[in-house]
Parts: sequence; C-alpha cells; structure tokens
Amino acid sequence: MTIAYLLLPVLVVIPMSFSDSAFLQFPPKAFSTRWYEQLINDPTWIESALVSLRVAVLSTICAVVLGVLAALGLVRGKYPFRGALTALLLAPVIVPYVIVGLAVYIVFLKMGLTETTLGFVLVHTALAVPYVIINVASGLVSFDRGLELAAQSLGSGPISTFFRVTFPNIAASVFAGALFAFITSWDEVVSAIFLSGPEMTTLPVRIWSGVKVSVDPTVAAISGLTLFVIIGSFLLFGAMKLIRLSIRTYRHRNAGATIGATS
Amino acid sequence: MSHVLEAPVEVTAPKLPKSAKPPWRSRFETNGWSLLLLPVVVFLLVVFIAPLIMMFSKSFTDPTVGLDNYRAIWENSLYLKVLKNTFVVAIGTTVLTLLIAFPYAYLMTLATPFWRAVMIIAVLVPFWTSLLVRSFALVLVLRDTGALNTALDSMGVIDEPLPLLRHMSGVLFGMVQITLPFAVLPLYATMRGIDRRLLQAAESLGARPSLAFAKVYVPLTMPGMFAGVILVFIQALGYYITPALLGGPQNTMIGELIVQQVSTVLRFGFAAALGVLLLVSTLVLLAIASRFVDMKKYLMGQS
Repeated sequence: MTIAYLLLPVLVVIPMSFSDSAFLQFPPKAFSTRWYEQLINDPTWIESALVSLRVAVLSTICAVVLGVLAALGLVRGKYPFRGALTALLLAPVIVPYVIVGLAVYIVFLKMGLTETTLGFVLVHTALAVPYVIINVASGLVSFDRGLELAAQSLGSGPISTFFRVTFPNIAASVFAGALFAFITSWDEVVSAIFLSGPEMTTLPVRIWSGVKVSVDPTVAAISGLTLFVIIGSFLLFGAMKLIRLSIRTYRHRNAGATIGATS
Repeated sequence: MSHVLEAPVEVTAPKLPKSAKPPWRSRFETNGWSLLLLPVVVFLLVVFIAPLIMMFSKSFTDPTVGLDNYRAIWENSLYLKVLKNTFVVAIGTTVLTLLIAFPYAYLMTLATPFWRAVMIIAVLVPFWTSLLVRSFALVLVLRDTGALNTALDSMGVIDEPLPLLRHMSGVLFGMVQITLPFAVLPLYATMRGIDRRLLQAAESLGARPSLAFAKVYVPLTMPGMFAGVILVFIQALGYYITPALLGGPQNTMIGELIVQQVSTVLRFGFAAALGVLLLVSTLVLLAIASRFVDMKKYLMGQS
C-alpha cells in the first residue's frame, strides 16, 4: 500500500500524459502522443526549457567550483568558528524557499537582477552549493591523502597533484554533487516564481502557471517527460555503478591471473 | 577533532584572562587550506545572508518605521487563522507521516534483499522527483473525477465523490505523500543499526514480544524518529507549492500568504514580517532539535 502511495505520482502521470482525451480522465480511455506533440510544437515551452537548461548548467558549474573548493577547505583546513560556518553552509537547505525567494526578490528588484540569467544563477548556486559541499566532503574524507603526498614527493606541483591524483579519486562524489546541483536548479520553482516575468521564465514556473490556471494535459506531458528524465538518470546511475563494478572485478581477475593469486 | 577536547580546559580554568590560554589561540589558528572556504563564505554572505537581513529590516521599515507589520498580523483574525492553519497542517502532516513511515522503515529492515531494494526505490523515486510534478499528480489523484474517487466509486465504496481537493483532507493526503521519504530515510538509517538480538534477549528474560518491542526497540529508534519529525515539520511549515495546489481558500498556509502579499498587493513589508515569523520558528525548532540529534547527518544523509 505504502509503496503504491509513494509511487502514486509516477503511476498516475505517465498513463495520463499519453491520454487521448482533453479532459484528463482516469483511467484514460484511449492513448496517443498528441500532448507530447503539442509540447514540442509550442515555442514557449521550448523557450522556457532552454532558459532552465542554461540556468541549471551555469549554476551547476558555479556550485561545483565553489563547492569543491569549500569541501577541500572544510576537510583539510584548520579554521575558527566551526559551528557558525557549518550553519552558514547548510542554511540554504534549511531556510524555506519561500523566504529565500522573498528576500532575494527584495534585493534583486533594486539591483535590476530580476528576470536575468545572472539573478537566477546566483540564487540557484546558493541553493545548490550545500549539496556539492556535502557530497565532495564525504568523498574527500574517505580518500587516502598518502597518494597526494606520494605524488608531491615525486615532484608534482599542487595544481597538477589536484587534477591528476585528487580529482580522479573524488570524481564520483563530484559527479553526484553536480547531479544534485543540476536537479536543484532545474526543478526549483518557489524562488523562481518571484524572479520570473514575461521577459524570462523557467520551465517549472511555466508548468506552475499551467497547473494554476487549469488542469492542462500539456502539463501532464511535461510532467511525464520530467519523470522519464528522473527514471533515466536513476538507470544511468545504476548502470554506471554496474559498469564500474564489472570493470573492477575484471581488473581484479586479470591481476589475479597475472600474479597467480586466487582472488 | 582537537576543538572537542579544548572545551573542558576552559571550564576548569574560567578565571584566567582569555588571551593567556593556549586553547584560545589554537581555536583561531588556521592554515592555507581554510582559505579555500573564503569564496563560498563571501558568496553566501552576499547572495543569501544579506538579502535575509534586508528582509528583516524591511519588515520594520516598510511602509512605516515600527512594529506596524507585526501588529497587522496580530490584529487581523484572517492572518491569525492562516498561522493557526499552518501549524495545524504541519502537525497533522508530521503525525500522519510518522505513523506511516515507522512501520514502513521497520518492514524494510525485515524484508528480503529484493523487497528491500523495491522499498528503497519506492522512497527514492519520489525523493528525486520534482515537487511540482508530484503535486500536480496529486491534483489528478484527488479531483472529484480523479484516480482515487474513480477507483473507490468503481469498487462501490462510495456513491458520490469524496471532497478531497481544496479541503484539509486533500492537503494532508498530499503533504504526507511529499514528506514521507524525509521520515523513512532517517528512521531506516537508525533501525538498520539496531541489534535485533536485544529483542530476543528481552524475550528470553520473559517479556512478551509486544512489550519487548515497545520497551526495547522503540526507544532505540528515537534519534531517527526525532530527526524525521523535525525534518518533516520544518518542511511542512514552509511549503508553498503543495498546499497552494491542493488546498482551498479555507486552508491557506503562510507560504501562500507571503507570495500573495507580494505578487498581488505588493505589501513587501508585511510579507517580510511573515517571512521573519516563519524563519524564526524554523530556526528555533532547529536549535531545539540540534540539542538532541546531529541534524547535519540527517539533512544530508540521503542515499
């Protein structure tokens, strides 16, 4: 029961999005892809999707750069005010998005940053950066620093040590952090409602106005699409894990064969 | 973690002048790595903290200097009703979520690996799915002609559609669906670490299974339960999208009121005062919670 309850959105939206009817009855009587076609043929949907994509990519880049630096600082550094710093770094996840949206709107209105890519990217970076920090910091904690020291003792400079030794070892957690950051931005609607306007609107805000006005089957299609992306990234994540695992076992087996060990 | 060890030194020697104590100096000691924190700190102070401070000051200065905005909340029964409604929905959501999440997480610890994987995926898919999409789906479920009413009708349970959408029952149904993962994950994390042999031990000493469960197992799940309750409650307080879609004018919550005040009547100062109220309640709750459990672990411990 609870499993069904948890999966309700997926179970409902996907069949609905393929409904042939204009009224979104459940269960749908006939199936078609007409709402998906309508979606693709509507330039306003495409436009807000592109806005969202641009904002999400830029915020992800900013959040990853800031977050990786911060994670290194957190894990390796000695610094004062530990408690206050942790609170500051986690605050964007804790403070309700309505408050963030309102506060930022008050300031951005004065500075002319509403309805600008820069405005959206600044807010979304702030909201996403904690996820990158936590993911990367947990990756760094489990990474053996001896490898770095070894590289440096062999004459590698700090920057090349980072890119050739440290980064490859924490790449998985950086990737996970980046994925979190991307989804945070791509999906964020509450503060985007404040910052959006006729000049510039992200996809979630466009969906939001579609849902608010009427129960529009195009929204079912875009929701279905979003779910496919989520399920797809799940499968991709799972597939990557499987691939990594099989490469590792393959290597182990080969290594075992060459040195004649049993494992 | 040397800073942990420093604390008792201060307590035992309180009368020394501060600068004379080695712990004082080592607390402010820093190394090159910590400079890497600077960009994030500056960024968050400018983009995040400064706007919050601006909002705070605006609540006391816009349109007039003083406590007018707060007085307006206090003196209008409509706004008080919104505050009351916000807390009622948040408490109701928290209680229902916990009631469903506890047995679910418990079953996860007992399930076979295959079913455990299914149950985890069932929690993670909504966790990763857009809040907006989930709320929209819930509209489709809860409408008079929606999935739930159609299903109940065809089973012959009801004659006419249950009033769900635009009612408290619909809001609670939706909010619990949204917050469930946030309670299941910490509960499961705690339960996984509990040694079930403790139950056998209690039973071998003569406790009935139900008593052993209530007196031995349940208290051990407290940290997870507490983390779940706080996470769910804080989120429920601040949600905007879900209650705005599922609720009616009778159950407006504070988040909706804030957006309304800004977007339709442009009362920035009043909206800011509501924001301050919500922010303060959230921070107070967190401060209380952090005395009992390591919130950092649960806020970030997804997966």
